[in-house]
Amino acid sequence: MVSLLDIIGPVMVGPSSSHTAGACRLGLLARNLVGGTPERALVELHGSFARTGEGHGTDKAIVGGLMGFRPDDERIRTALDIAEREGLAYSFDKTKLGEENEVHPNTVRITLERAERSHVMMGSSLGAGRVFVTEIDGFPVEVHGNHHTIVLVAEDVKGSVARIAGLLADDGINIATLRLTRKQKGGDAFMVIEVDDPPGEEVRDHLRAFPWVRWAHRLDKVSG
Amino acid sequence: MFTSLHAAIAAAEKESTSLSAVALALEAKDQGRPVAEIRDALRRALVVMRGAVEQGLVGDLKSASGLVGGDAAKVHQSVAGPFSGTPFASVIARALAVQEVNAAMGVIVAAPTAGGAGVLPAVLTGLAEAKQIDDERLIDALATAGLIGAVVAERASLSGAEGGCQAETGAAAGMAAGAATEMLGGTPRQVGHAVALAQQGTLGLVCDPLGGLVELPCVFRNATGAAIALAAVEMALAGVEFAIPADEVIDTMGEIGRSMDVRYRETAGGGLAATPTGRRLAKERLVSIKRSGA
Repeated sequence: MVSLLDIIGPVMVGPSSSHTAGACRLGLLARNLVGGTPERALVELHGSFARTGEGHGTDKAIVGGLMGFRPDDERIRTALDIAEREGLAYSFDKTKLGEENEVHPNTVRITLERAERSHVMMGSSLGAGRVFVTEIDGFPVEVHGNHHTIVLVAEDVKGSVARIAGLLADDGINIATLRLTRKQKGGDAFMVIEVDDPPGEEVRDHLRAFPWVRWAHRLDKVSG
Repeated sequence: MFTSLHAAIAAAEKESTSLSAVALALEAKDQGRPVAEIRDALRRALVVMRGAVEQGLVGDLKSASGLVGGDAAKVHQSVAGPFSGTPFASVIARALAVQEVNAAMGVIVAAPTAGGAGVLPAVLTGLAEAKQIDDERLIDALATAGLIGAVVAERASLSGAEGGCQAETGAAAGMAAGAATEMLGGTPRQVGHAVALAQQGTLGLVCDPLGGLVELPCVFRNATGAAIALAAVEMALAGVEFAIPADEVIDTMGEIGRSMDVRYRETAGGGLAATPTGRRLAKERLVSIKRSGA
């Protein structure tokens, strides 16, 4: 469903809704994986991001997003200098992340380190500032960033959905949508949970405390 | 939101109201938010649009590559042209201004995209100033523009990479023409004709930016897109009717976009980007961007 405010917006630093605003949003989403501004970041640019990214400030926008700048934050213009002052060691690489018909032309893979945490996110900028996260730590995901989202992988134990729902309720989080997929009976279950309220780091920690949860992340929404 | 202008116009006529009123009511219902909140968001967009116009008209901006900048001020200050000092010249200067701000990584409202962000603020703020239209009616006009853009997004595309420049500055011209027609007292039906008249004039327009950068010809396409929107407003308010309905013109834009060679869809592989001068400038400027670390 297209919203009026998707058309008249976003408010953003130019010059490109896909190569600048969308790139910033992908940085913002990736930042969640390490719970704050990373200490190290490897940014691998694919396709049009690699070819015309420099002229569009894609590099500045992604690094700005990693530091928590929103698409309308004018600090994006000097984000690379700010990153150096703030101790974010970034590096860029141009690469091919897949075949042309499989990977969107504006795709990036971001590898982050902060304290003990190290994670990888792959995502694409679809145009008009809309983004799509396709992979986290090698797991295929579908996150659009227009809802606060929890993604997790759990062993296929009975009652896991109820226990997760209960935990979220205890943490004051209301579920908007829940999608559960499982490749086979007894195999790992993959959950994408869209929620109304931003889940804090403690929600991620609580989820990870279940022995049957292999892996969990929270991603705050970046649009909508 | 509506997926056809025909349906939106019918709804407005049935309730004897404006397209902006039906658009705001439906948006509020879709999003589960009060109309006042939607209006506030549009008001914030209007503030940013005005800021970009003012900043760009000063004329001290340069883009990352240095290919564009300073032309808005030239038009703004000129007395040489046949339209100098008229609302037409003001709208052209404003369209250049917003796109120059965009190319210099300034703050703009993507409406519908960053590459086509100059047309709508130029037409609406330029005409509102000339005709002394208050901000509430400007906000109504932005809602109508959003409705038109949403219909284009559903039926065709708002991406140069998918549909060429007809889907960016072309769509922006349709949005601006329809919105301005309502703002200046046109009926919902006249708004429909304004959209059709503007978009028929941009059918087939390719997206061919030098080096793939949102600079050249993008800055100037926003100015010419605004001129097409003004022509459509003039005709629609005079009672001119375009025989092909707006929805069908938009569908045509989508069909042309889908059959457009990839060279003409934001790849810098064809059009002006592929001219000898286009290639040379792109090569020089991209090298200089790398050197400066910009």
